[in-house]
This record gives sequence, C-alpha cells and structure tokens, in this order.
Amino acid sequence: METLPPAESAVVQRIASDLKGRPGPLLEVLHAIQAALGYVPGAAVPIVAEVLNLSRAEVHGVVTFYHYFRRSRPGAHAVSVCQAESCQSMGAEALTAHARRRLGIDFHQTSADGRFSLEPVYCLGNCACSPAVMIDGQLYGRVTPERFDALLADRAPSP
Amino acid sequence: MTALVYVPIDAGALSLGAGEVARAITEEAARRRAAVKVVRNGSRGAYWLEPLIEVLTPRGRLAYGPVTIADVAGLFDADFLNGGSHALSLGATEAIPWLKGQQRLTFERVGVIDPTSVADYVKHGGYQGLTRALSMEPAAVVQAITTSGLRGRGGAAFPTGIKWKTVLDQPAGQKYVTCNADEGDSGTFADRMLMEGDPLTLIEGMTIAGIAVGATQGYIYLRAEYPHALRALRTAIAAAHQARYLGSDVAGSGKRFELEVRLGAGAYICGEETSMLESLEGRRGEVRVRPPLPAIKGLFGQPTIVNNVVTLASVPWILQHGADAYANFGMGKSRGTLPIQLAGNIRRAGLVERAFGLTLRELLYDYGGGSATGRPIRTVQVGGPLGAYIPASQFDTAVDYEALAGIGAMLGHGGIVVFDDSVDMARMARYAMEFCAIESCGKCTPCRIGSTRGVEVIDRILEGVDGERNVRLLEELCELMVQGSLCGLGGMAPFPVQSALRHFREDFRARVR
Repeated sequence: METLPPAESAVVQRIASDLKGRPGPLLEVLHAIQAALGYVPGAAVPIVAEVLNLSRAEVHGVVTFYHYFRRSRPGAHAVSVCQAESCQSMGAEALTAHARRRLGIDFHQTSADGRFSLEPVYCLGNCACSPAVMIDGQLYGRVTPERFDALLADRAPSP
Repeated sequence: MTALVYVPIDAGALSLGAGEVARAITEEAARRRAAVKVVRNGSRGAYWLEPLIEVLTPRGRLAYGPVTIADVAGLFDADFLNGGSHALSLGATEAIPWLKGQQRLTFERVGVIDPTSVADYVKHGGYQGLTRALSMEPAAVVQAITTSGLRGRGGAAFPTGIKWKTVLDQPAGQKYVTCNADEGDSGTFADRMLMEGDPLTLIEGMTIAGIAVGATQGYIYLRAEYPHALRALRTAIAAAHQARYLGSDVAGSGKRFELEVRLGAGAYICGEETSMLESLEGRRGEVRVRPPLPAIKGLFGQPTIVNNVVTLASVPWILQHGADAYANFGMGKSRGTLPIQLAGNIRRAGLVERAFGLTLRELLYDYGGGSATGRPIRTVQVGGPLGAYIPASQFDTAVDYEALAGIGAMLGHGGIVVFDDSVDMARMARYAMEFCAIESCGKCTPCRIGSTRGVEVIDRILEGVDGERNVRLLEELCELMVQGSLCGLGGMAPFPVQSALRHFREDFRARVR
C-alpha cells in the first residue's frame, strides 16, 4: 500500500480526531480529508479506522460506496460532464465525446500533464440550462463544444 | 438615491454568467459614479430569461434579460436604474405572462428576497407560520398539516401529517427531523432553487416540524453536487441562529431546535429515505428493510421525520394561511400546489408552481413553448430517471398523482424532461438500466444483477440477436425487478424501460453498426 508523506498523514490524523465526537462522523471525516488533500488516499483508511474505532473494511467500504470520493490524486482542474436524461436531450452525448477528445482521456482519468480530470456526473440540478458541466465547483449551462473549449482555455497555464 | 439592482446568485443563473454580470454592473456604476446597491437574490425560475436582472423603481420591480456583460454599458446608457427602456426590457417582473399565471405559495419569496437576510424574510411574511405554530398545541400543528392534504413532494406522495403523527405519538426522548435534499432526479431543481433562493423557508418548516413532534435536532442531507446551496444554507442557518430563530430558545418560546447540514457523496440511492439515514450515520448508503418505519426507528434508532425540501418548505405557508387555504388548491387527492420543473429540450425551461390539475400539454406548449430545437416533442419523462416515458398521445393527462398513476406513470418530484423526435427510445431504455446498475446499493439481487442483465439484453436486441425472444426476456426481467426489489430504485428503474417498450416498440430493432 502507498504510504503518506508525514505531513499528509498528520492532516488525516488531525481531521479524524477533530471530528470523531460528532454523531455518525465517517462521511464528514472523508469529506474533510478530500477537501484538504484532493482525494482520499488508501493509506488514510487505517488511520481513520483507528481513530474512529472502526474496522478498515468498514472505512474502505464507505470510501468505495460513494462516487464522490476519489481514491487517486486528481488533476489540477476537475471537469464533470452531466450524463443524465435532461442533458442527453440537449446533446450531452456529443459534448461528452468532444470532452474526451479534447482532453485525450476517458472518464475517471487524469490528463498526462496532470491538468485535468474528467468525471461523469448524474445531474447537477441545472436541467433548465442543459447540457451542464461543472469545473472546479463552478457550474456552467448550455455548454456547446465551443464554450467547453473556451472554459478550458480560461484555465490554461499562463504563458 | 441609491438604486437597488437584483442579480441572481442562483447556481443556474450563475451558470449562464450572472456572477460576471453582477461584477460588471458594480464596476460600471463605479465608473459612472452612480449609486447602486446590487442585491443577490434567488432565481424567479424563468431560466430562458436568465441572467434576469431587476431594478426597484417607483413602478415596482422592472426586469431586463437575458443580460450578458456586453449589455451592461448599454443598460446604463438607457438609464435602466430608473427603469429606462432597453431592447432587453421585460416590463414589471410580476407581469411577465409566464410568471403572472403561476400560483406561487411555496416559492412566493424565491427570487424576490435576499436569501441571506432574516429581516427581508420577515418583511415578506417569513416566520409568521412559526409564530402561529408556537401558539398552538403540537397535536394541532400536526392536525393542520394533515388537514392541508400535503403529501410528500419528494416523489412518494405519502401524507405528511400521518408521518408526523407517528413521530409525535412515540414516547418522549431524542427525536429527529431530517430533510432529504438529495435531489438526484434528472430534470428536477426545485429543491436547489428553494435552498439557494429562500433557505429560511426550509429552516422555518423544519423548526415547525421539530416543535410539532418534539424533536430538538434537525439534519439537512444535501447532495454534494450542490455547493451553492450548501453555502446558502450555512449562511442562512447562521443568520437564523443570530436572530434567535434557531438554538436553545426558538423565538423566545423556551423550545430548542438545532439544525445542521450534512453532505452526501454522489450516491443517487441516498435519496431513498432509509439509505439516507444510513448515510447520515456515516455508513454505506444501503437500504434498510422496513419495518420498522423511520418514524418509529429512524436516525440513530430514534423516531425521525424524513421529508423532502419542498414538503418542509410548504409547511410555513400552511401554518400562516391555514390548512383549508392550502387544501383549496388542487384536484382530487392532490391538494395544494406543485413546483413543476420544465427541463431538457424545451424552449422556455424553468419552474412553474401551479395548483395540481393542469395538463402536461399546457405545461409543454403554453409555458414551455414547445421544444428548444423546434422539432416535434416525441415524449416526456416525468418523475426522474425512474419515471415512465409518456407519448404525445397522452399529453392531456393532468398533473395529479392519481391521474399519472392511471396511465402507468408517476409524478415523482415534479420534473418533466422533454425530448424531441430525434430521441432513440431503445437507448433511453438502456440508459435507465445502466443508471440503475451504476447506482444500485447492491443489497438486493433483482436490482444489483437485474440492471446489469437488463443492459446486456437490450444490447443483444440492438445487435439483432434473437430480437423477439430478447424483448420478451426484457419484459420478464422488468417484471421481476418491479416485484422483487427491496426499494424504489430496482422497483421502478424498469418503468422507463416498460413504457418505452409499450409506446415506442418500433425503436427496439437491430441497428446497423
């Protein structure tokens, strides 16, 4: 199993200790770890289990149950393209194909330069403005392939 | 005099550039030395006009939209701060025909007020329901909800008053009020709009629920896909605390009610109430076997109310205006109003709150204006990814729980997704099974395995392998999932498939690769 740098291990330890007194804390702990590190490293599982007095299997089971928790380090920018019916009715399939081509990656992958991760999402609640995309927590509606490219260009590294 | 300009902070409006527009207005005002205060309100729900901005004038609030940053200088030139005429003028907001005909009860303040301000909320009638509830016996509050005829707006349409009475009747002890804000159905955004545009209404509704059944702690289980709603809720909860509408002495009554937001983590199944409770407890969102009902043994094993956002947000209006006033809206056993969400391939998409009883046709053509692409509407899916596909021949069906059930469909959370005639219904059926396979919690076999087999059978049909036989097999599989699944995910995921087979059989044919 991967090992965590001591600094990250300390972050995980501190988050779990801070939140362990709350009712049903595990999801809260995992959210806080992902917010701090960008993902939930496999090596965080035994630390969380120890602090919360759960088995590793229980913690692993929760991490893997929820689509939102990432188990690998994401790219600098997280791109989610909605796949649900409303967006399909407005061309999400073509937009998704464009996004894959443009980024050169499939869903659940990170581009070779580490800049972008691509994820499917099942509804962003922006169904009156389909198709919808979320980039780094920012929501975009009526996204055409051209607009998608412009949104990525806004996040290009400065020359 | 300082001009008051409203620019929505609703996620949908932001997704179309409302944030940039707000910034541009502030900057342009500074450049011109014009005194402008920008208020960030919710959305009125007319998304085809977003970003829709409003200016307060002696003639009331006047609207302009859709506004882009390129329009801002021109709006100042046209003296929009004093209601000046411009190509984007929409006149008085309330008089826009699409909004004027609506019956906004639950959404009466959404898009109108500043969602962060308790003072603005109170000025627009907020907390009158709570004040009323505090002057009543708890049982009388529950009775008012029963009399109003309010049914669960999350989709199950169970009478809210009966649920509350069950919790009230449990022996005193720790009880909970939980709000299901895991709005995962495609085509729905009413919960999001309300939480972003008028979160205090939800907070007030939950407080009333807590006081009515003797619960001191509330949780809002919010989906992780709604970061804007999370910020709005946290801000509003802090403001309500500050104003002593939450905490150890709610509105000076000596009663306690605390509220906390908990984030989901991208699992559709957590919209199912027992799965949501598991998730709130920090576990995998696997469905619980009922009984016991959550009202008897719910969160942490205690009596728990589980209601959807719109259900709880309808409570303050009912207490404020009376149960009969609410029950006077609607038809049959569907009382009150429903915030209907028009989504997908439709020209005028958005939120229409109307009494139950109007037809799909009125919604799709009078409100919606037909498809966005201009092609004929072939079908609509009502009620999310587990809802049936309804063909054009049934568009005269009323929006009513029983009327839709009567044609083998369901109203669900009130989302309507529109498809034009380019839709491939076999692919939509395949998607329904695929979605179920991705989102199944895995606890019961019909859902976990059935959905995967469903995708495979549809693939074989599309490949031309034993077409007739595999269509029959698909029908049998659907029946098995409906009858044998533990909860609504596996139990209803076949509905879109069965409806597609029933109404659009011609699409289930072999494809040339």
